[in-house]
Amino acid sequence: MTATAFKTYRPPVMEVSEAGDELLEVAMGPHHPSTHGVFRMDVALDGERVVKLKPVFGYLHRNHEKIAEKASYLASMPYTDRLDYFCSLTNNWAYALAVEKLAGLEVPERAEYIRVITAELTRIQNHASAIGFLMQEMGASGTPLMYAFREREKILDLFEELTGSRMMCNYMRFGGCRVELPSGWLEKVKTVVSGLPHFIDETEALLTGNEILMARSQGVGVLKPDLAVNAGVTGVMLRCTGVNYDIRKVDHYGIYDRFKFRVPLGDHGDIYDRYMLRVLEMRESVEILKQALKDIPAGPIMDPKSKIRGFRPKPGEAYGRIEAPKGELGFYLISDGSPNPYRYRVRPPSLINLTILEDMCLGQNVADVVLIFGSVDIVLGEVDR
Amino acid sequence: MKTAEEILARIKTALPEAGVEVAPNPSPSAQHSLLLSPASAVAVASFLRDDAELSLDYCSNATGVDWPGKEITEKVKVAKLVEGVETLVEEAVKRVEPGYLEAVYHLYSVKHARREIAGPVVLRMRTGNRTDQVTLPSLTPVWRSVEFQEREIFDLFGIVFAGHPDLRRILMWDEYEDHPMRKDYIDPDDYEYEPTPHDEVLKRAEMRKTEATV
Repeated sequence: MTATAFKTYRPPVMEVSEAGDELLEVAMGPHHPSTHGVFRMDVALDGERVVKLKPVFGYLHRNHEKIAEKASYLASMPYTDRLDYFCSLTNNWAYALAVEKLAGLEVPERAEYIRVITAELTRIQNHASAIGFLMQEMGASGTPLMYAFREREKILDLFEELTGSRMMCNYMRFGGCRVELPSGWLEKVKTVVSGLPHFIDETEALLTGNEILMARSQGVGVLKPDLAVNAGVTGVMLRCTGVNYDIRKVDHYGIYDRFKFRVPLGDHGDIYDRYMLRVLEMRESVEILKQALKDIPAGPIMDPKSKIRGFRPKPGEAYGRIEAPKGELGFYLISDGSPNPYRYRVRPPSLINLTILEDMCLGQNVADVVLIFGSVDIVLGEVDR
Repeated sequence: MKTAEEILARIKTALPEAGVEVAPNPSPSAQHSLLLSPASAVAVASFLRDDAELSLDYCSNATGVDWPGKEITEKVKVAKLVEGVETLVEEAVKRVEPGYLEAVYHLYSVKHARREIAGPVVLRMRTGNRTDQVTLPSLTPVWRSVEFQEREIFDLFGIVFAGHPDLRRILMWDEYEDHPMRKDYIDPDDYEYEPTPHDEVLKRAEMRKTEATV
């Protein structure tokens, strides 16, 4: 069979349900307010019930990987910001980690602390916005999202002062970080972090016991642990089913084994658990931040062996992964000894977490599809690359 | 985590005719991989997933790599009769090393996540060539996480996965014909060129113009 044999294959159109009723086919997207970007779900409905759901990707595809293979290692660093544009610093970290494995670079201690601080700030603002968007889709127009964005704004201001950019940070380098912390920056972080528990309490007071939230999210979009592991689901989506798998604890990448923090686990695997886990993870991130801000040492922020110009890792390959806010973000690199990576692959958590979207939505009402999709927490820049 | 050699020994005791080799990785990461033969790949993958000791139940990443054929010029000493005397003469011989496509899978164990600090177990499969023998067995029945990723490999590299439940293009549109991640891919001038009625009008106008001048 040749590679082109499948080019015009289309899935069969279903017309009649088992009960003999006519099915309604709805294309949700690519321009739908709930789809967080350009994404389409081809849904077949039997009344209000979903009987088929096929996600359609590629509207934002720009072949990130090919572009990175034509550029030098360092030139791809700012481009990783554009994958998951909510979490550019964790994207930077994942890429830097893979290249450090490939080239055998060490990261100085101060740089590791800076990475942890920026990554946990990123996690907090991502989870806060994810909750905000989810509530927006549930009909809580405005308030939860604005609460989240108010806090996110403070964190983005910190990023701007540190890196020069609010969202496209381009801050990490192979073997360290780009610039030393501005004077007084750590004090500002401490102020913001000390205000975060109040924000989380406020969000919880508004939402956790909310009757509408409970009615719409409990028992909706349930995911089973065996399927979640087999389908490669990671991050909050995996842990809401009760599977204890956090790469910060499993791989001990960076210096995460120095911090005392807990991994919140869900019990039911439904939307409410995902909401709750995000809240609890924010609380744990605050704990990590407090410890990191207390212990951060002085010292260099770059490995002296690391070269900015003429960076050519020895031939070989490496896969590096981190616990990004949305799940496992991995980079797979093959070097052939030239200044460009021979193969550059992004393992996008957003795309792979959507593998089980259909399984979660089957049998649910069409109005819940929007919530289930929103609870996965994806960014299309990363799904389509 | 066990080393690639230890896993290989375990596979060989369970599946003696699997034909698995270790593909070494010279990089400091030392993530060596297991090269599977396509014929036994699904059996080996199921063994790795179900074996109680290994329990590689989580396939994190699946991707393709394109290795185009290389023309290698080698200098070979050939015995030749030069003016009646047999002497060794250096001759440049061109040899084409055939290319192939490769599918790479990175495995971890969720069940034994806390046992030791784990590196990935890397599996590789290679196609016969880059043109007509591009079929590999799909590992989606073993790990569903590769469902979309194998579609992506099919889309961008052109590896056909036999046994995949829904093998369609995922990122490029269905009518697209090439495989953009291949190393010899040439960008088209216009990605979305389609003949439109406007083209017909322009052509007719051009014809009228030439008729008028003649």
